Amino acid sequence: MLRSRRLPEYNVRIDTDTCTVCKACVIQCTFDVFSYMKIENKISIDESKCVDCHRCMIYCPDKSISITPTPIQYRPNASWNKESIHNIMKQAESGGILLTSMGCDKPNYNYFDRLLINASQVTNPSIDPIREPMEVKTYLGRKPDKLTISDNNGDSIIETSESPQLLLETPIMFSAMSLGSVNINVQESLAMAAASSGTYQNIGEGGLHPRLKKYAKNLIVQVASGRYGVHKKYLDTGAAVEIKIGQGAKPGIGGHLPGEKITKEISEARRIPAGTDAISPAPQHDIYSIEDLSQLIHAIKEATEYSKPVIVKIAAVHNSAAIASGIARSGADIIAIDGMRASTGAAPLVMRDNVGIPIEMAIASVDTRLNQEGIRDKISIIAGGGIRSSSDAFKIIALGADACYISTVALIAMGCTVCQKCHTGKCPWGLTTMNPSISIRINPKMESKRVANLVRAWTLEIKDMLGGMGINSIESLRGNRHQLRGVGLSEQEMEILGVRPAGI
Amino acid sequence: MMIITHNGHIIAIRYIYVFQFFNSSEIKLSESARQLVNKPLKSVQRQNNPYKDEKVIDSCSIFGMMDQNKKLFAGNDIIEASASMNQRANGLGSGYAVYGLYPKYWNNYAFHIMYDDKEALDWGSKFIESNFDIIFDEEIPMDIHGIHKHVPIMRRYFTNIDLDNLDEIKEDEYLVNKCLEMNTSGKGAYVFSSGKNMGVFKGVGWPQEIAKIFRLDEYKGYLWLSHSRFPTNSRAWWGGAHPFAHLESTVVHNGEISSYGTNRRFLEMKGYRCTFQTDTEIFALALDYLQRKHQLPVEIIAKIFAPPLWKDIEKMSESERNLLRRLRITYDKLLMNGPFSIIFANHGLMVGLADRLKLRPIIAARRKDMLLLSSEEAAIIKILPDIDDVHHPKGGEPVIARCHEGFAS
Ligand code: SF4
Ligand code: SF4
Repeated sequence: MLRSRRLPEYNVRIDTDTCTVCKACVIQCTFDVFSYMKIENKISIDESKCVDCHRCMIYCPDKSISITPTPIQYRPNASWNKESIHNIMKQAESGGILLTSMGCDKPNYNYFDRLLINASQVTNPSIDPIREPMEVKTYLGRKPDKLTISDNNGDSIIETSESPQLLLETPIMFSAMSLGSVNINVQESLAMAAASSGTYQNIGEGGLHPRLKKYAKNLIVQVASGRYGVHKKYLDTGAAVEIKIGQGAKPGIGGHLPGEKITKEISEARRIPAGTDAISPAPQHDIYSIEDLSQLIHAIKEATEYSKPVIVKIAAVHNSAAIASGIARSGADIIAIDGMRASTGAAPLVMRDNVGIPIEMAIASVDTRLNQEGIRDKISIIAGGGIRSSSDAFKIIALGADACYISTVALIAMGCTVCQKCHTGKCPWGLTTMNPSISIRINPKMESKRVANLVRAWTLEIKDMLGGMGINSIESLRGNRHQLRGVGLSEQEMEILGVRPAGI
Repeated sequence: MMIITHNGHIIAIRYIYVFQFFNSSEIKLSESARQLVNKPLKSVQRQNNPYKDEKVIDSCSIFGMMDQNKKLFAGNDIIEASASMNQRANGLGSGYAVYGLYPKYWNNYAFHIMYDDKEALDWGSKFIESNFDIIFDEEIPMDIHGIHKHVPIMRRYFTNIDLDNLDEIKEDEYLVNKCLEMNTSGKGAYVFSSGKNMGVFKGVGWPQEIAKIFRLDEYKGYLWLSHSRFPTNSRAWWGGAHPFAHLESTVVHNGEISSYGTNRRFLEMKGYRCTFQTDTEIFALALDYLQRKHQLPVEIIAKIFAPPLWKDIEKMSESERNLLRRLRITYDKLLMNGPFSIIFANHGLMVGLADRLKLRPIIAARRKDMLLLSSEEAAIIKILPDIDDVHHPKGGEPVIARCHEGFAS
């Protein structure tokens, strides 16, 4: 590779007055910024490798380390900022696709921050969630058009049969993160948190690790283009099966887990030889059309004896509304839509930042289309990709989703500082790495508590917001766009979102 | 009672119901009705919602009384009861629904129509004439002596639908579509009731004032509803007063539902059009959907509008739990969330219901065969001091009053 012409992005300093040369930083930094020089008995620093993950600062017992962005800037230029110049330099050096991870980091695709929530005053009372019951229980699945209830000597009998449903104690679920993109400690933490919070963890397409089996009630298993680890028992294990068509961070492309990451553990779960590359093709090669999807849905339903809902996950793209309408008619019970700000373990930068549409717009247009076609009840909607807070979750439900998927949020709860280096496999917080000496940094017992705390806190906040608007059950928020107002949006954007501007 | 469900479970359910309203099978919207749904709204919204609020908010008093033997009685009592709750209103709208008042024309659709002006009247009369068989029509008798405000022209038409091979369902659909067509025509004509042997009288004013204008002391009915309004919208419109009628059902309502956006979106998906932008209309349409199209009994509908809490459902017997859980999941978007009390009526039926937290009042009482529902107990005592029985229903607990079987209306 050609020599880099980029200066380090961060300055890493150790305060030698307080440093005791305990070497904690040498152990903690997975990017080899620090090394111990025995003869001088001091730490040497290669700051060009630093990714600003904060691991060393947090774990330095004497708090002697400081990381600051390099003050040197290129000459100010609206077209040519540091990022665009560096990207070109990197590609000129490597001749390859720029890889990155996590979600799109550009500010301009966010609508959540331009939507405001309503509250009750005078004409109807707000409800105090501390004193009054506040319901957030959510059922996901297909609903019948009508319930036929017949009378048998004064008793009511429901004659309409019921489609399988997923019961959520709170409308927050954990989005797919496969074994391989994260390690088993992370998956187990999430599974424990899902079980204690009454929600579900999607285990992604990396097969099922034996350690997860005991959380089966709270797992969603995925069938993706690689079909890794998919067999009858696997389908039977989960509470629901998700067919993954695409993901928001990289719509239209597949995945590639390099052979070095295929450890024995992963080879067993994925059912492929250790050390071979695991390539997930871009499309599912048995789904080239909507009728193919319908066949797969029904094949899975047959295999699982119609006992569990089938989810179809798509990336939010320009014609999501039409696609969703097709999916609703194809026999799926739930559709998961992944917005363009969704995270990933590895994706080409150009895809992550340019392909797809924001989740707010996708949910708004999908919900509207399904309503217009009179089939909104035929399918539940899970929204993912870009949800950062309870208010985002709340707003997306008001726009029309039934529940939301989170993943970056859960990773942050477990330590992630969004350094966007997951694709390197060196995650300093032990999350997106398969290296057992690093993944040990995640203790499922402890980390699951943080994740469960987060879900609990968000649920409390959602209840507060509901109570504020005088609603005591989450179903009355679904699609209730009257409770939202837009600021700084064009008329057309407001029309798509179905909201009025603040003030009227 | 033991019953076997589709999946073979033996269950017992305590919900009892005995009546059916209309035929089964759902109404499919005709192409013309679909087009209508997509047409921009004119007259009704402009008049009822001059400031283009997202919806019109009002609060009020409601009252209902019914003789279970269908014995006809005059409206004096209900007028007095309604007037006794004047502090719950601001004189910007009152109204009455009366069942059994047109025995002579008992089998004809009785249109009550208000017109902005003479031009609207001519247009509207032609419209009725060309779409229905008019048996008899006249100006609604009114006494506007000493009334110093604009009173719209009011006319009533007793009609038949003269179309070949129309079954009851198709007739209903035809009627609903024609009323919708008139109300959204922008011509200044507004149908405010159209059922058989029932009628709505309403307008801008205090209850006693509206009763005087419409000379209600001259009518007798076996079931009366009344409503007195406190709109937050200062420019009240005669058509915006309650009761709201849809076919033969009428609704009076007190409160504001915060789930309006969800409820409305759902009803619009099912082909309804929300022309008035009020909560009351949402109730009227939801009732039509559940009662007429889905054939659900009022006991069940009450559990859809104001379902028990999940934690209480968990504690019920398996059969009840299953029923209530399925109802909540299937009809989640018709949960009416926020404060409300309503009285809805149809021939032979009067039902009172408050929201599940009971944030709005409703009281039931009985005196022999007379059943009463009111926002306030004082209003009942005022007209019937010696009531036999008073009941304060819990939130979500419906009070259902039915006429005895075998009495013709
Ligand atoms: S990469 Fe992380 S651990 Fe290493 S020096 Fe930078 S901030 Fe510290
Ligand atoms: S998961 Fe790890 S590597 Fe990825 S962004 Fe977070 S801290 Fe960085």
